[in-house]
Amino acid sequence: MAKTDRSVARDGDERIAGSERTAFAVLVAGLVLAPFFFYPPFLMEGLCFALFACAFNLLIGYVGLLSFGHAMFFGLAAYVSAHAAKVWGLQPELALGLAVAAAGVLGLVVGFLAIRRQGIYFAMITLALAQMIYFFCLQAPFTHGEDGIQAVPQGKLLGLFDLAKAWVLYGTTLVVFLSAFVLIYRIIHSPFGEILKAIRENETRAISLGYNAERYKLAAFILSAGLAGLAGGMKAIIQQSASLTDVYWTTSGEVVLMTLLGGLGTVFGPVVGAFLVVAIQQYLSQQGQWVTVIQGAIFVACVLAFRRGIIGELAHTIRKPL
Amino acid sequence: MVTLSPQALFSQLLIGLINGSFYALLSLGLAVIFGMLNIINFAHGAFYMMGAFCAYFLLHAFGLNYWVALVVAPLMVGLVGTVVERTMLHRLAGLDHLYGLLLTFGLALIIQGLFQNYFGSSGLPYAIPSQLTGAQNLGFMVLPNYRAWVVVFSAAVCLATWFMIERTRLGAYLRAATENPELVRAFGINVPRMITLTYGFGVALAALAGVLAAPILQVRPTMGENFIIVVFAVVVIGGMGSILGSILTGFALGVIEGLTKVFYPEASNTVIFVVMAIVLLIKPQGLFGRGT
Repeated sequence: MAKTDRSVARDGDERIAGSERTAFAVLVAGLVLAPFFFYPPFLMEGLCFALFACAFNLLIGYVGLLSFGHAMFFGLAAYVSAHAAKVWGLQPELALGLAVAAAGVLGLVVGFLAIRRQGIYFAMITLALAQMIYFFCLQAPFTHGEDGIQAVPQGKLLGLFDLAKAWVLYGTTLVVFLSAFVLIYRIIHSPFGEILKAIRENETRAISLGYNAERYKLAAFILSAGLAGLAGGMKAIIQQSASLTDVYWTTSGEVVLMTLLGGLGTVFGPVVGAFLVVAIQQYLSQQGQWVTVIQGAIFVACVLAFRRGIIGELAHTIRKPL
Repeated sequence: MVTLSPQALFSQLLIGLINGSFYALLSLGLAVIFGMLNIINFAHGAFYMMGAFCAYFLLHAFGLNYWVALVVAPLMVGLVGTVVERTMLHRLAGLDHLYGLLLTFGLALIIQGLFQNYFGSSGLPYAIPSQLTGAQNLGFMVLPNYRAWVVVFSAAVCLATWFMIERTRLGAYLRAATENPELVRAFGINVPRMITLTYGFGVALAALAGVLAAPILQVRPTMGENFIIVVFAVVVIGGMGSILGSILTGFALGVIEGLTKVFYPEASNTVIFVVMAIVLLIKPQGLFGRGT
């Protein structure tokens, strides 16, 4: 077992391609320079959703599990961090920590139930459980129902950095996003990640090689849920609010769309997809339900003609992983 | 414990049965479509809503009454379904099943968004047909005629569908094509056309539920969006292996939901999801399901 793991790890390390290093450098440079050109709140919302989409992609792209209820982790974590910061007066890092923990625990429970079924059933179960969490949030007193939690204090990160200052907030968001991005990259290319991919490709074979597929899937699910929680917790602190929208099925659908548009199972795709979808929303925010119609049309177009997504197509063209 | 009036209990039971009728019609359609096309039709809730709107337009634009709508609306929406299958779903054959879910999810967003743009989110009233107004006093409860009609008619449609699939020659072709489409084609049966019609039929069942629901729930663009998620839970609970199983699960869960409204109303929104979680713990493949 140990021997196999090490050899898999070496295979994994060899795959950190130059194309990925270049793309990462471009991403970091772009995000550092972006506040000079774009409205920072838009960028920060984009970063939160990018992290959310990367967390979602960890499941669909590398384990082959389509969770149609990821908003439950994102939304619940947003409520937890907003509540912790506002009512309990916790510092932002503690509020975020609690949010991640809450999402992780919920991920454990939901994952335990959902991995009992596969494929389409898995998607329906996660969607149904997410709807249950939505109704819970609608009725539970601490979420304040339709009003949501508003005017969340941003506080001082580690007691030092005042998040009420725009550039500090952006810098913090960027650091959190990049750390989580690198973590996800490491997970994908670790021996653990290789086993996940093996399960995605051929579960029966992975089991016959002695891997407990269910346990690996559950671990991946919890990781994905926790990271989605980090994204939700960040969003609550950045926008100073948590609302029912964050936990509704439309948000689950949006994260699927972001990942699909950017490219399922690509490292950078979810980031590109997230920024595009958030940009479309901002651009069309005055146009009523046309946002929904356009999102639906993108879904249809992606599935019918464009299944690799933007970054997937690009990677296919240059024949290198991205 | 609160003291219960039998009146309240029976009226909630009846509401439960009505919701159960809609669950049964929708989950039946999902099961039939899944059997042939191997996709889960996320647009089912949108087609249900379209059925209700179709009835509304037939009445207000063309003066065609409820009874005409009961036949024409499912046919029209079913026709839309066959076009969707021919132009889009058809092209997903051989791909991962999840793409069918994603495509139909996109369709649901488009349909619902368009209706919301033109009709807002408020409900449009649809009158109960004159033949079915009024109510029967059964002594222990007052039974509105229209509600009794919905339950009886839905049950009849469900049973007729079951009979068609399990007991007729056409149904035998259908079941055979579900098991092994290549072999059935080799016998000279036009399987692609059968797949298209099956999708149209499943969608028509959803539209029929929409027409039935119009006088009770009002006609609104969002009427299908949360409903379909509950129906998904119903499908997970029942498993899609059995036609009769889908019907029974639909009605039973409607009743359970109705009873929850009486005894513990706070949980009435979530009870079906809780039942789903319990079923997943005890019998992961669903009550009537087979395989994964």
